[in-house]
Amino acid sequence: MTQVLTIARLTILEASRRKLLLALGILTVVVIVLTSWGFSRLPTMSGVTPAEVRLASSQLTILVAFMFSGVLALGSTLVAAPSIASDIESGIALAILPRPIRRSQLLMGKWLGLAVLVGIYAAGSGLLELLGIWLATGYTPPNPVAALTFVAAEGIVLMTLALLLSTRLAPMTGGVIALVFFFVAWIGGIALAIGQTFANDTIINIGVGSRLLIPTDGLWHGAIFYLEPTDFLAAARAAGRARAGNPFFADQPPPAIYVGWVIAWLAGLLALANVSFARRDL
Amino acid sequence: MEAADAASLAVHTQDLAKRYGKTVALSGLTMSVRRAEVFGFLGPNGAGKTTAVKLLVGLAHPTAGEAWVLGAPVGDLQTRRRLGYLPELFRYQGWMKAREVLGLHCELSRMPRSDWNAEIASALELVGLSDRADDKVEGFSKGMQQRLGLGVALLGRPELVLLDEPTSALDPVGRHDVREIIRTLKARGTAVFLNSHLLTEVEQICDRLAVVDHGRVIATGTMAQILGQDGAVRVRVTGLPAGGRAGLGEFGSLEDEGEWLTFRGLPSERVPQLVAEIVRQGGRVYAVEPRHETLEDRFLQLLKEQDQ
Repeated sequence: MTQVLTIARLTILEASRRKLLLALGILTVVVIVLTSWGFSRLPTMSGVTPAEVRLASSQLTILVAFMFSGVLALGSTLVAAPSIASDIESGIALAILPRPIRRSQLLMGKWLGLAVLVGIYAAGSGLLELLGIWLATGYTPPNPVAALTFVAAEGIVLMTLALLLSTRLAPMTGGVIALVFFFVAWIGGIALAIGQTFANDTIINIGVGSRLLIPTDGLWHGAIFYLEPTDFLAAARAAGRARAGNPFFADQPPPAIYVGWVIAWLAGLLALANVSFARRDL
Repeated sequence: MEAADAASLAVHTQDLAKRYGKTVALSGLTMSVRRAEVFGFLGPNGAGKTTAVKLLVGLAHPTAGEAWVLGAPVGDLQTRRRLGYLPELFRYQGWMKAREVLGLHCELSRMPRSDWNAEIASALELVGLSDRADDKVEGFSKGMQQRLGLGVALLGRPELVLLDEPTSALDPVGRHDVREIIRTLKARGTAVFLNSHLLTEVEQICDRLAVVDHGRVIATGTMAQILGQDGAVRVRVTGLPAGGRAGLGEFGSLEDEGEWLTFRGLPSERVPQLVAEIVRQGGRVYAVEPRHETLEDRFLQLLKEQDQ
């Protein structure tokens, strides 16, 4: 475990020294200030009611969360895709692995370090943004902690996929493949919503398959659900087919069995990554 | 080989083979490196030298055969604490300072934290980087990176150090320093496995060596054994009748280059006899030069023989 923690600390230190955290931190603060200012304009619009401000705030919060989850997903892919591959290409791994450290410890250390970075960014940026929105409009989503947990999980899922690809593929190739999966899963989620609305089993199966194969969109919908106020949910359900295919709406929270599947998926991918890395000749 | 036998050696391989797809990198490598000796590992490009080193430190997996390092099968985690390795092509984290790189490797080696400072200072001193200890590695030249790599390999007083082309990026002063470091390691009782293209370097510091080609050892032994015990002599002669040359065959294999005759496999104590015989046959001797075969000559000859 000590070796895992050493590599995790090294991964976090590298992100810090390479100014990744600083750049991300500054950009995030700028975005939060700008969006909070935008939110603060909502109550000042002419003729707007408090209920309308609340409705608009809830929808805009979901959109802002989508932006942050996108940044997190793309960012974690860009950081994870080269993590093992670059170390092999540059020779850093050649110097480290003859030490008394297992390849699995190196890999799990990288994963842990990246997961901590994803968690810190999701919690930090999310809570700051929600604070800004609350100060600007007085609105808070129903369950921000659960929503941010799902956003972080989405980032960790994509990061884990990129890490697996990194054990065998060049950074660029692994990163592109992970991003393709991410967007395909997003489209799969929209297909699922459409299939459910129109009770089309084929489309439903495609959508469910994509959510099982790449759980990013399933987790994103978990985040959406916990950002939706109850009255908004009731109105949206009443709208029926009119909501079909809206990628920013979730009718139900992810079932516990799906959360269990995501945990098993993560464990499976990590096991696969360990086997792949252990068998590779360097 | 019995485990007890392997334990007495720094490195032992038995029919070690490695194949990458259809490419055979190593084909039945069998060799032994004794403890506290400097062992040179020579071979042309593509002979399998780096592959062999990577197999010994667990970076690649053998297709067949076995190998022991410091008495344990390769890959043994505990043994790696007693091992130092300088890869041929490597880089350290450019964003770290030299001192931090060494600290990281102290940590990964599970060295007691109380020993770190002394070990780091000693390694920096040994490789001549004390004044650059707090500089970032990204600002280092290739030669300085190689010095740092050597420092990393020497951390914790390892019992075996594997150096893969340790001087490829160094200037003559750096090469001299590395030779001195290797001599210091030998004096400490550390076995050094030196993979190098620089034959003069190997000639100067290695106790024993192996020559590999196409993934196999084609010659192994001490420098004297590899070069051959018997030397060669060149003699400049004029006036020797045609028949006389044939009669000189008893002094060794003769290479006739006009005025210069080279006798191979001639013991030095027979040189006066040779000169007397030439004079007896009417020849006039202008020069007698003992010819020492260099490792490069022998190396090229071995490869030529192998190809034939």
